[in-house]
Amino acid sequence: MSTVTAAETTTTDRSLPVVLKVEGLNVDLRTPRGTVRAVDNVGFEARAGQTLALLGESGCGKSMTAKAVAGLLDPIADVDGGEILLNGTDLARLSPKQRRKFAGPELGIVFQDALTALNPVYPVGAQLGEAFRIHHGLSAKEAKAKAVDLMRRVGIPEPEARVNAYPHQFSGGMRQRILIAMAVALNPKLLIADEPTTALDVTVQAQIMALLKSLREESDMAVVLITHDLAVVAEEADTVAVMYAGNVVETGRVADVFASPRHPYTKGLLESVPVNAERGAELNSIPGSPPELHKIPAGCVYQDRCPLVQEVCRAERPKLLPVVSKEPAAADGATPRAAACHFSEELDK
Amino acid sequence: MTETRIQSNDRPLIEVDGVTKTFHVAKSASGNSRLRALDGINLSVRRGETLGLVGESGCGKSTLARTLMMLERPDAGAVRFDGTDPFGLRGKELLEWRRRVQMVFQDPFASLNARMTAGEIIAEPWKAHRGLYKTSREREARVRELLHMVGLRPSDAKKSPQEFSGGQRQRIGIARALALNPDVIILDEPVSALDLSVQAQVLNLLNDLQQRLGVSYVFISHDLSVVRHVADRVAVMYLGRIIETGRTEDVFEHPRHPYTAALMSASPKLDVSGAERQRIILQGEIPSPLDPPSGCRFRTRCWKAQDVCAEQAPGSEPAGKDAGHLAECHFPLETLKVRSGELAPMP
Repeated sequence: MSTVTAAETTTTDRSLPVVLKVEGLNVDLRTPRGTVRAVDNVGFEARAGQTLALLGESGCGKSMTAKAVAGLLDPIADVDGGEILLNGTDLARLSPKQRRKFAGPELGIVFQDALTALNPVYPVGAQLGEAFRIHHGLSAKEAKAKAVDLMRRVGIPEPEARVNAYPHQFSGGMRQRILIAMAVALNPKLLIADEPTTALDVTVQAQIMALLKSLREESDMAVVLITHDLAVVAEEADTVAVMYAGNVVETGRVADVFASPRHPYTKGLLESVPVNAERGAELNSIPGSPPELHKIPAGCVYQDRCPLVQEVCRAERPKLLPVVSKEPAAADGATPRAAACHFSEELDK
Repeated sequence: MTETRIQSNDRPLIEVDGVTKTFHVAKSASGNSRLRALDGINLSVRRGETLGLVGESGCGKSTLARTLMMLERPDAGAVRFDGTDPFGLRGKELLEWRRRVQMVFQDPFASLNARMTAGEIIAEPWKAHRGLYKTSREREARVRELLHMVGLRPSDAKKSPQEFSGGQRQRIGIARALALNPDVIILDEPVSALDLSVQAQVLNLLNDLQQRLGVSYVFISHDLSVVRHVADRVAVMYLGRIIETGRTEDVFEHPRHPYTAALMSASPKLDVSGAERQRIILQGEIPSPLDPPSGCRFRTRCWKAQDVCAEQAPGSEPAGKDAGHLAECHFPLETLKVRSGELAPMP
């Protein structure tokens, strides 16, 4: 056992370079019921050495956003406008070949389900070494040596002996380590982690989160962490973008957003967590369920579940605008907070 | 794990005494083919209470649930339901027992038949229990009543499962379990598949139903914050054994078994106050249940392990003054107090 101290105060330093800047990103899905917008005018920034969380429930578009950034959208999904700037280069404007060459070494991605993300018929060493062979032109032997180094780096015991083993010979946690090793093989500037621990047990989840953190600190990567788990965001992320029905509804420093949410959805989510509630007491819940994509209302996306809803909410979709806090101490001048709500001010405590 | 002796009128609804279940599986690397999923389980469930069952995958909690449902027959030990062994029941008595123990499943998409309407799903248990509601008018009225109880509309009876959201489907699953007026419902990860905003609705519903109907719950979950909220007592499982059990607040605030402490410390907390907290990060993963460690099963990952832990399995020791708080450990935590994830010396 080792003990680590978590949750040191994190501040967002605006002087840190922006690694990823997404602006006005739209993703359309072609479905049997017609084309629907799964990601709608989404924007956020991820800075070097920091973790940005994309937080939302299933179907909110958080994974779709990540796949659009990584260029891994399913054939039925199209990017329809917006910029994806990775170190200043707009990935959306590159040809697939240019994109592979440019983004391949710069951007790594870790998926939720390590067993399906790995190829079952190749040894893990070959899969780990592939990046070095393609991008650095190494021989198979050299690549295998690199794979052993990587396995050591992510804490897999006896890497020399296990480099030729197949994915099924590893436990769930070890497979996730292998996937992380693949993602960081070329020392990317940006790591996207899509629910990296959802399939894992809680004691293993803690190990994987500690690993991601140490890798981020070692190499000053920007991390985009996609998750539905508020507690994971509270513990791991510096900034957060809360998504609902394809839209970013609130963004800012995690400490600020969680301490005083300025969108009713964020507030409702925080109150749904049975952590502070007295045992057996009624939990605050959000009535209804998220809208299906083809039923997203005009006006505010959250209107059907919102306790503050007014006429204007049905008529006009609120823009993601900076929020001003009465309490200057709560607002970190460095990271502007923004919320997409007509009545955001009313939530200011 | 003897509970404090109870008067006969206060006898637990379910008593599990030394239950062991072994499966025969394909040989492991070490040549072992006997998987001991449950190894000497003792627990009790009282009327109207919620027992939380926590543990990581492979710890045996689902096998235990299946045993309580009589879907698995134990190799050794006894299960008593209201004083009688359900495995000895036949015919009408068995049918009556089955009525009294119902289950709600984890996946609200897989656990409802897509070719039936919600009303047919809720009424289906009455095909086996014909005596309960004799006329179709009675049955229809009861379906409407059950739908209302779980927060759905009477008109929803005509809809098929695909027309409902995940949370609404789980409500249908709960209505089906309630259809036979059971004494106990086994809830196997009932909210794990639901989004957070919907999860709170279903937890509120379960709580409300328990208060109105006095039904007991065995609530299986890997989510400690959910268990802490719903359970009166908890049992923590590791590799087929209950390693700690007690009242929820005792176990959560003063865990005595190192595994319980690690499990609680590892689960992320929703705290942005910036307060420092010590985290216990366990090394390694759960050993294969095919080749469990000798002695204490947790010793391979335990920071307090000594030679004795490998040689001798720890007995179940009362953990302090609190009645019914038991931990299986040679070196139970005494000087540590874990409160909302903080590890600090006890005053």
